[in-house]
Amino acid sequence: MDLLIFQAPILMVQASLDGILLGILFALIAYGMALQWGVMNIINIAQGELVIVGGYIAYFMYKAGIHPGFGIIVSPIIMYFVGWGLYKLVINKVVDRDLFISILATFGISILTQQLMNFIFGSDVVVAQSNFGTTMFFDGMVTLPNAKIFAAIVSIAFAIGLVIYMRKSKLGRAIRATAQNARAAKIMGVNTEKVYAATFGINAALCGVAGSLIAITFTLHPYVGLPYTVRSFMIVIIAGLGNLPGVALSGMGLGVFEEFADYILGTEFRIGSVFTLLVLILVYRRFKLSRKREYLK
Amino acid sequence: MKIKNIIITFISAIALVLSSSSISLAKVVGDKIILGAAVSLTGKYSTNGEHTKNGYNFAVERINSMGGIKVGGKTYKFDIIYYDDESNSGRAAQLAERLIKQDGVQYMLGPYSSGLTKAIAPVTEENKIPMVEANGASRSLFTKGYKYLFAVLSAANQYLEVAIDLAVEKNGGNPVKIAMAFEQDAFSQDVRIGVVEAAKRTGSKIIIDDKLPKELNDMAATLAKVKATKPDVLVVSGHSKGALTAIRQIAEMKVDVKMLAMTHCDASKLAKQHGKNSEYALCAAQWHKSLSYKDKFFGDGMKYDKEFKAQFGYNPPYQAAESSAALLVWKDAFERANSLDKDKVRDALSKTDMQTFYGNIKFSPAGQNIAKPMVLFQVRCEGDKCENKVVAPTKWAAAKLVHPVPKWSER
Repeated sequence: MDLLIFQAPILMVQASLDGILLGILFALIAYGMALQWGVMNIINIAQGELVIVGGYIAYFMYKAGIHPGFGIIVSPIIMYFVGWGLYKLVINKVVDRDLFISILATFGISILTQQLMNFIFGSDVVVAQSNFGTTMFFDGMVTLPNAKIFAAIVSIAFAIGLVIYMRKSKLGRAIRATAQNARAAKIMGVNTEKVYAATFGINAALCGVAGSLIAITFTLHPYVGLPYTVRSFMIVIIAGLGNLPGVALSGMGLGVFEEFADYILGTEFRIGSVFTLLVLILVYRRFKLSRKREYLK
Repeated sequence: MKIKNIIITFISAIALVLSSSSISLAKVVGDKIILGAAVSLTGKYSTNGEHTKNGYNFAVERINSMGGIKVGGKTYKFDIIYYDDESNSGRAAQLAERLIKQDGVQYMLGPYSSGLTKAIAPVTEENKIPMVEANGASRSLFTKGYKYLFAVLSAANQYLEVAIDLAVEKNGGNPVKIAMAFEQDAFSQDVRIGVVEAAKRTGSKIIIDDKLPKELNDMAATLAKVKATKPDVLVVSGHSKGALTAIRQIAEMKVDVKMLAMTHCDASKLAKQHGKNSEYALCAAQWHKSLSYKDKFFGDGMKYDKEFKAQFGYNPPYQAAESSAALLVWKDAFERANSLDKDKVRDALSKTDMQTFYGNIKFSPAGQNIAKPMVLFQVRCEGDKCENKVVAPTKWAAAKLVHPVPKWSER
């Protein structure tokens, strides 16, 4: 137990801001996962790998002398087609099957992608420099890297853009219809096959955006995808499917909770405490559900 | 019937002779002494596995072209059988078994990384096969009483001890306040043990002791604590990811500490990837080309660096240099034993006392190299070009330590 954060309350400001910025970025990845989970009923274990591939795109732009910030435009375009291709190659064969089959299939994609990245990009840890500088508050005691602020703003912009797209566009409406009832949508003339491919592509594009943001805020390595998969999975579970404000809130909430756990319990309990929270939330949900059921009887 | 029996007996006799001879011949085929190595050519250690293999090959070619190995009046040459362990410890142990049992290898070279060395050591030990390894620094390799394991590199707990001593020295011999963050893996925790021991020895106080989870790539919380508590030294170790994350966030958060000591700066190409932001970081390394150790095969570090680059197209990291040194140790041991008998060679190995371009080598009874100190270098920049300059141990150092590190506001 460490009481430093209570002795220096300014750290609480730092922890909250760090947590929120971190959470928004994770929420973007989780939003993509929730979207295709809701529409296609597929849990994508390769989510984190798609993020990292997106990151490498930004990294190679940086290497070629282009500012990695432009990765947020180039990476989603490339990743959309990567996702679309993956759907045509693998996912369309498992989309109507048991959830377990799709988990196995995406797990396979995840391993394959890791190895391919390792083969093509090498096993070195790499970073891209944004040179965005730092914003400081309270006489330099609270610092916010501009790269993280940039990441948060971009994430929010993409999320809002997507919500509007889902409401207004034809494809968006088709996606929502398929999510509600695929069979009925098909009868009404929606080409569900196309909708699935587009959904998987959109998810991959979101991963691409997140990946290029991670390239300038954290580090890239062929094998660091899994934490992003796990984190977005948790956020979706807590928020529930088809609940965008919920995804954003649970993303930020987990981020802040994680930061405070780090200060109070110690860094080694950081991840553990997030998982404990997840278990507690699931138990509480079950408890609430069972009460509801009794009432219905 | 009788003839058939005779033929069968004859054929099986030949087969038996051939198979047994191929086993006994495998350690030495013609004028070649066969060494075995499982190295990571694919998987997450593939980059460093490649450095290891290139280091081995570079030394084999050099030794062979400079007269080979003279044993019992006959001249032999080295040859290495390689297998790819896929960066997987289970696979590494299997391959060691295969090298020894099927290929009949009697002399082993180590794999890359502590984890894989730990997986192979029980196999070589059980079969009483001597192994000279160059890339397993974990302290636990030297506490199990292994008799056939010899490591040319310094153990992990020695990595950053020097930095604490240096900080105390710069503080006028007074104890210092230490903040540290180590990843939770075998290697980094070994480094931590060394720092804790050094802190105890010097009476220094550890005010932050964070253990970073393996999945973590965000150290903001640790660094905010450092900012609030103002320690004299910040020690970070968490492989390449840890080093790159630390520098990125220290620069972003403008964390001022008098001394920043780390590991894996060269493996992560810190100076190249982070440029000026990495300036003044102090890094532990097994070897640096500017050290003035010498041997007759490679000359000195500068020469090794130049010739390695000419052949492989990149500057050798210490992983390559220490791998080359392992072959020099083998050659020396064969010639002193004046025999190809593995037990006699093992005894000769245990009495090794030599200087190579990589450093002095002398093994403790546990097989640890006790003659070579760790090197500390500091990243220094001129304009946009950043370089590693050796600052400790002072006897071999080429540059002077900058201490305390200038504040971010003055850079």
